[in-house]
Amino acid sequence: MMNAVMKPKNLMIVGLLAILLAPLVLPVYQVTLLNYIGLYALVVLGLVLLTGVGGMTSFGQAAFVGLGAYSTAYLTTTQQLPAWLEWTAGSPWAGLLVGLILTAAVALFLGAVTLKLSGHYLPLGTIAWGISLYYLFGTMTSMGGHTGVSGLPSLSLFGIELDKGEKIFYLIWAVLVVAIIITRNLLNSREGRAIRALKGGQLMAEAMGVNTFRSKMVIFLISALFAALSGWLYAHTQRFVNPTPFGLSMGIDYLFMALIGGVSSVWGALLGAGVLTMLKQWLQDLLPMILGSDGQYETIVFGLLIVVMMQRWPGGLMSLLVKLLPAKYRQSHDIKLNDQAAELPRRELPNKGDLVLEACDVTRKFGGLVANNQMNLQLHAGEILALIGPNGAGKSTMFNQLSSVDTPTEGEVKFLGQSLKGKSSREVAQMGMSRTFQHVKLLGTMTVLENVALGAHMRGSKGVIPAALHLEREEEQRLLKEAKYQLERVGLGDYLYEEAGSLALGQQRILEIARALCADPCVLLLDEPAAGLRFKEKQALAELLTKLRSEGMAILLVEHDMDFVMGLVDRIVVMEFGEKIAEGLPEEIQTNPAVLEAYLGGAE
Amino acid sequence: MNFQIALLLGQDGITNGAIYALLALSILLVFTVTRILLIPLGEFVTFGALTMAAIQMGKAPALEWLLLALTLIECGLDAYHFRSNLGSKRIQTMVLKVAYAVVMVVLIQMLPLAELPMAFQALLTLALMVPLGPLMYRLFFQPLADAPALVLLIVSIAVHVAMVGVGLLLFGPEGARTEPFSDTAFRLGPVMMKSQTLWVILVSILLIVTLFLTFERTLYGKALRATAVNRTGARLLGISPVFAGKATFGLAAFIGSLSGILIAPITTLYFDSGFIISLKGFVGAIIGGLISYPLAAVGAVAVGLIEAFSMFWASTYKEIIVFTLIIPFLIWRSMTSHHVEDEE
Repeated sequence: MMNAVMKPKNLMIVGLLAILLAPLVLPVYQVTLLNYIGLYALVVLGLVLLTGVGGMTSFGQAAFVGLGAYSTAYLTTTQQLPAWLEWTAGSPWAGLLVGLILTAAVALFLGAVTLKLSGHYLPLGTIAWGISLYYLFGTMTSMGGHTGVSGLPSLSLFGIELDKGEKIFYLIWAVLVVAIIITRNLLNSREGRAIRALKGGQLMAEAMGVNTFRSKMVIFLISALFAALSGWLYAHTQRFVNPTPFGLSMGIDYLFMALIGGVSSVWGALLGAGVLTMLKQWLQDLLPMILGSDGQYETIVFGLLIVVMMQRWPGGLMSLLVKLLPAKYRQSHDIKLNDQAAELPRRELPNKGDLVLEACDVTRKFGGLVANNQMNLQLHAGEILALIGPNGAGKSTMFNQLSSVDTPTEGEVKFLGQSLKGKSSREVAQMGMSRTFQHVKLLGTMTVLENVALGAHMRGSKGVIPAALHLEREEEQRLLKEAKYQLERVGLGDYLYEEAGSLALGQQRILEIARALCADPCVLLLDEPAAGLRFKEKQALAELLTKLRSEGMAILLVEHDMDFVMGLVDRIVVMEFGEKIAEGLPEEIQTNPAVLEAYLGGAE
Repeated sequence: MNFQIALLLGQDGITNGAIYALLALSILLVFTVTRILLIPLGEFVTFGALTMAAIQMGKAPALEWLLLALTLIECGLDAYHFRSNLGSKRIQTMVLKVAYAVVMVVLIQMLPLAELPMAFQALLTLALMVPLGPLMYRLFFQPLADAPALVLLIVSIAVHVAMVGVGLLLFGPEGARTEPFSDTAFRLGPVMMKSQTLWVILVSILLIVTLFLTFERTLYGKALRATAVNRTGARLLGISPVFAGKATFGLAAFIGSLSGILIAPITTLYFDSGFIISLKGFVGAIIGGLISYPLAAVGAVAVGLIEAFSMFWASTYKEIIVFTLIIPFLIWRSMTSHHVEDEE
């Protein structure tokens, strides 16, 4: 019995039933409180997306709520609208539309000026925006200044007038449930994987062809739109607006709700909004009694609570609750694979022996230090080239020049005949170059399968809206199938649903190769792929690389393990002090006096 | 507007701008050394001003009890943290800290506060305020020294929110203004210059020069700068990040409360006035790109001037104008920046 109830799906049904019954059995005051909780949770949901998933934050959400509320208040209460707004005819639905459009415009602007900068500018920018809008509301005499406007019409839906708290209750909670579903859908999709990579994996995501700026903008926009929607509902629930609930302190409260509930889960939004609202009610009664004077003393408790939570339980109440749950009820992955899905189209590989990647006199200086000096190398299709050299020889710098993470001071890199000058690592990835990282970069809490599917990001095209509505399931299945295929190919087929962070370091390196292969590249750049691998794993890796070579892939690897390199590669380029000291077949390099001197110090 | 009004507004603008510049510099200092955006800096300003006002009215400001309470909590946490090797040196430090707080409580209760000379009142205020800086770092931020920048920002906001509540509890909802340092005024062309204005400007310049010399010429200053450049590297060279954090917070508390004492005779401050004041410091710091000290100082003075003049032309839009000032700088910086960053 207990088992049956605890299943996520059944829990949802119980929850929905509770929502349906609540207004019928609860007193009016409690229903009003639930209305507020629903309205707040909608805003907080956006913050969960922004803060918990995206690793950014905003203090301006209350101002977006205000924009939604004031837009509809203006349109529905103004007697004589200006001519260009007459079409709205005082309809709340036009108010919703205008509010959403205005909000989107503001969010796009704020995002455009802050999201390319380091992480501090968005919160600071939203603080400035929140304060400015609050003062603006206060100065608008046509909207009643600080006293506000009253007499907003109530909403009516399918002929039912939602003029009472217990009626609009259903609309508020229906909107919230839809918003939660949409958010969960979005996160469980190709776009969602790109969004989840924002927190701690931006460099990697860009190398996989993800436009991280766009992903950031998407979630900032969604969070702003959720807030504006909440504001519209608020205005027609209260049927009165004034600037106070849209000030910065409310913006901070929203963030506190998200943090207390837990920013890593959409349910944290609901929990946080509920807990903080109840706690506030209770503290506002209790504290003035204890302290003997009126005032908003609950801020002391909230402030300290947040500090303690951040120090002790940064995951919020939700993560504490999940820990209390027996392991079998904890939600694991909900990824379904369909082996019948069609295969993704493959890129036409260049003919064997064709020149694909070429460094021409590449020089890179860091101030006075010349890390690469006049480096030349060529990589052909169907060839494995190793770049070796002692520590500090400039191999990693060279690797960065080749993969367009860095730009040469002089000289240029050509890929498939095109110069990479001015190209971002994202564009290069789209041209067909894929890479792994010396220090593995993967998203530790995501499954192995999803990590690898991120590599196939460029091979899908469905955007945010199909993802939110789950209209892109067919493409999603194809992407996941490709990820599974590549994982099986590298020998990680047994670990599809493990958390990537739980793999051994050697396996994580192999996972990176699978991810790179998922991008269907024609050039593969591998940064120390064999480091940390056991003998058997090295053998398997060598086999895989040999097979890829025979298919026509061009592979460049930077490696320290000489046994691995000598038995596998076609040619070797040796670097020392930023310069090429030798190039040739493995046997030639092994006997090259300059190389021996570089590695062993030579015989005096 | 005539020349006289322009001079008057300019005088106001420069006075406020000098304070914003001081705040912008402490914001930058704290940010570069600890990665924390010190939002509660404004509370140091209001607490300083309101404590000074309470002292001048002969009332015990109640801040001394906060100091004692936080010191006791700190010592308790330290004692727990070092419970296995609580050397005599540590015990000595703890005893000294508690003794200091107790002495402050006794002084505040015993001294005839209102009759003290003003310089002594200011000194007493600073003696109460400055230790709150390191205490704040120790209690709220030190356990999170390695946390992501986002977490530090959130905690910073949380501390600000809590301190506003504490301010209400300690000082009540009434605003306060203090006596000016001296009553003399000077004639500058057609306008009278209040001596307080000169005090503010002189002290600000003095502080900025001192800060500059400290950071350029002394070992401790260089140690802090080293921490700002590379925390791990500085630690390897024996510079304790805890020390760096406490020292910068102490400095911020000093600059903040001194700013409060300086402007208290000019502006009426309330328990919740600090936020807007520190945010204007932040506008200056953003104009300086969160890196450049001179640019931040110039930006902050510009904020003060623009604020004063918009007060004249469009007083209701004053705050809006000041906060939208950052937009052109954000646009310019976005256009020139290309980097993709991973979370530190």
